[in-house]
Amino acid sequence: MSDKRKQDIILAGVGGQGILSIAFVIDSAALKEGYHVKQAEVHGMAQRGGAVTSHLRLSSERIWSDLIPRGGADVILSVEPLEALRYLDYLAPGGRIVTSSTPFVNIPDYPDKAALLGRLRALPGSVIVDSEALAKEAGSVRAQNTVMLGAASRHLLPGREALLEFVRVLFAKRGEAILEANLKAFESGRRAAE
Amino acid sequence: MSKEILLGDEAIGLGAVHAGLSGAYSYPGTPASEIMEYLIKIGRGAAFRAAWSVNEKTAFEEALGCSYAGKRAFVSFKHVGLNVAADPFMSASLTGANGGLVVCSADDPSMHSSQNEQDSRFYAQFAMIPCFEPADHQESYDMVREAFDLSERLDLPVMIRMTTRLSHSRAGVETRPARPQNEVRKGERSSWTLLPGNARRRFKRVLELQPELARYASASPFNRLDLAPGDRKLGIIASGIGYNYVMENLEGSGLKPSILKISVYPVPEDLVRRLADHCDTILVAEEGYPLIERQIRGLFGIPGKTVIGRLSGHLPAQGELSPESIRAALGLAPLERRSMGDVPLANRPPQLCVGCPHADTFKALKKALEDQPGAVVFSDIGCYTLGYFPPHNAIDSCVCMGASIGMAHGAAEAGLHPALGVIGDSTFGHSGITALLSAAAVDADMVLVVLDNGTVAMTGTQPSFSTGARLLDIIRGVGVPAERIRIITPLPKFHEDNVKVFREEIARRGLSVVVAVRECLEEAKKKNKLGGAR
Repeated sequence: MSDKRKQDIILAGVGGQGILSIAFVIDSAALKEGYHVKQAEVHGMAQRGGAVTSHLRLSSERIWSDLIPRGGADVILSVEPLEALRYLDYLAPGGRIVTSSTPFVNIPDYPDKAALLGRLRALPGSVIVDSEALAKEAGSVRAQNTVMLGAASRHLLPGREALLEFVRVLFAKRGEAILEANLKAFESGRRAAE
Repeated sequence: MSKEILLGDEAIGLGAVHAGLSGAYSYPGTPASEIMEYLIKIGRGAAFRAAWSVNEKTAFEEALGCSYAGKRAFVSFKHVGLNVAADPFMSASLTGANGGLVVCSADDPSMHSSQNEQDSRFYAQFAMIPCFEPADHQESYDMVREAFDLSERLDLPVMIRMTTRLSHSRAGVETRPARPQNEVRKGERSSWTLLPGNARRRFKRVLELQPELARYASASPFNRLDLAPGDRKLGIIASGIGYNYVMENLEGSGLKPSILKISVYPVPEDLVRRLADHCDTILVAEEGYPLIERQIRGLFGIPGKTVIGRLSGHLPAQGELSPESIRAALGLAPLERRSMGDVPLANRPPQLCVGCPHADTFKALKKALEDQPGAVVFSDIGCYTLGYFPPHNAIDSCVCMGASIGMAHGAAEAGLHPALGVIGDSTFGHSGITALLSAAAVDADMVLVVLDNGTVAMTGTQPSFSTGARLLDIIRGVGVPAERIRIITPLPKFHEDNVKVFREEIARRGLSVVVAVRECLEEAKKKNKLGGAR
């Protein structure tokens, strides 16, 4: 039991922000490194601009539940600050939040940004990254998900090389420019989280 | 053997292909859509047929014909799709299956993307056919293969029951070499012609098969009883995904109760009896309605034993199971959780895309109805159901596929005015045509708005059968006069024109149809992507 290695990750964001792309990269990297993987996704209605999550479970041993229990997540990785906070009760006592500070405002009652970020900063170990600025700098504002993947990469079970390998797999088919932007986005996210 | 990472839905599809599938049929619906999506993807250039049908009843009948021809046939849909297919489904247990016939119905407990949370296992019980309920991805794959063999052995359709969390979760699956397809072989006409004399004989056969089904379920390795010699207090019956939550919570808890895992129905009576003989209290952890729990409790319970679960209130009566609800039912203390704090967490419900044609249609319709306090807009199933939410507040109902037209017709006859229906092009093809035929035959006093965006948008832009010129042909063909069919383009620049069209048609007595034609943004995006990849 003592050498069991496991990591439960809640991925959060808004439908269309590329949560499932991040999940694909982490999954594939973990598999390559020999872990068992289970990944629960949200499809259907909620994908239309609603709150979406993916429960990503990596373990050196058999994984039972497709869902992470509340109080059991080691990492919350969010591409949006309100969505990071929405799943706070999933976080284990020693768990960590890695989130973008860029709000995605498509609702009239979006909370006050300063209060939101204040709450996130107050959580021990939280990593907050301006994904919008870094993604623009990298050459594609759509690469915010990859920025956040880079920012979380120091705290993920799979290593940097394996993660980067599947960033390449994911974006190579979308052309050289998009691939380059995402590789840059990954690295700048990783640096910003130092 | 090779290992692949698959969605639960994909594991089902791959299992069917490797079982020697010849024909797969379906209509899109969450959480089942990904089964057919995957079959279409891997079926390009392959020797089996996989494509969408116009609705679930048609899909089922096409699969039934494939089975009649001796070939292995597979039909999949969401739980409420089985209601649409219920007519052929209920009689297919009498015809039997010539080639293996497997029906996969994917339930949506908690109603993530559905209008109810009905439990398909009751349908299997109703039709008196076997039902498999996988707990994980490997079982999904293995059980579909087994289901085809069983279907041919028993000459009966077999059900696979999925639920949202397994359908939409990914994990590794070990696959085995594929079995070849069957040769064509006609069915026996006296079995397939359900005239009363034949039907009585075939139903008797189904009844006489029941003891064999029971023996099969008890002997199946998918149903497993582990009696804990040291613990006679608690026994657990866990089915489907409920088994995973039980095992998750037992790990490291110190509890070692007896467990009966049920994955094949009918409920294996002798295994349940052995568990009940061994334990004082039985916890039933099943996803969906309390089918097992109600069956083993009966009206009067088991003398001297306590059965707990959804009926007793130890698990919530409504909604899907969770690691937390099972934890509580096991009597374990909850895991320590963070306080959510005092920052208000505004909900973020799904909404129409920015620039969606439906939004422009709703805006014009609302404007046209602003001086019509008696107006009622009956809507239907699709992205446009999101027109219920602000800022649109444009629709007053959503019940089932096609209901908008019949309901507007009935409400108009009851005296509501103006009565309107709003339906998408694919939903119209699925279940709206007969209702419009009925309304046109009596010139019902209503306005039907058909939103033609050219696709089944909500479930991921699958093809629509009734869009464009064919849609207009159908509307004319069921008897709507050409001068009562108006076509609008839902764009902001045509807003005033569109309001005028709606006002004119609302003012006229009798049946009018307004067709709002503009391509779905997601569909356009998909086409662009495909274009770019070429």
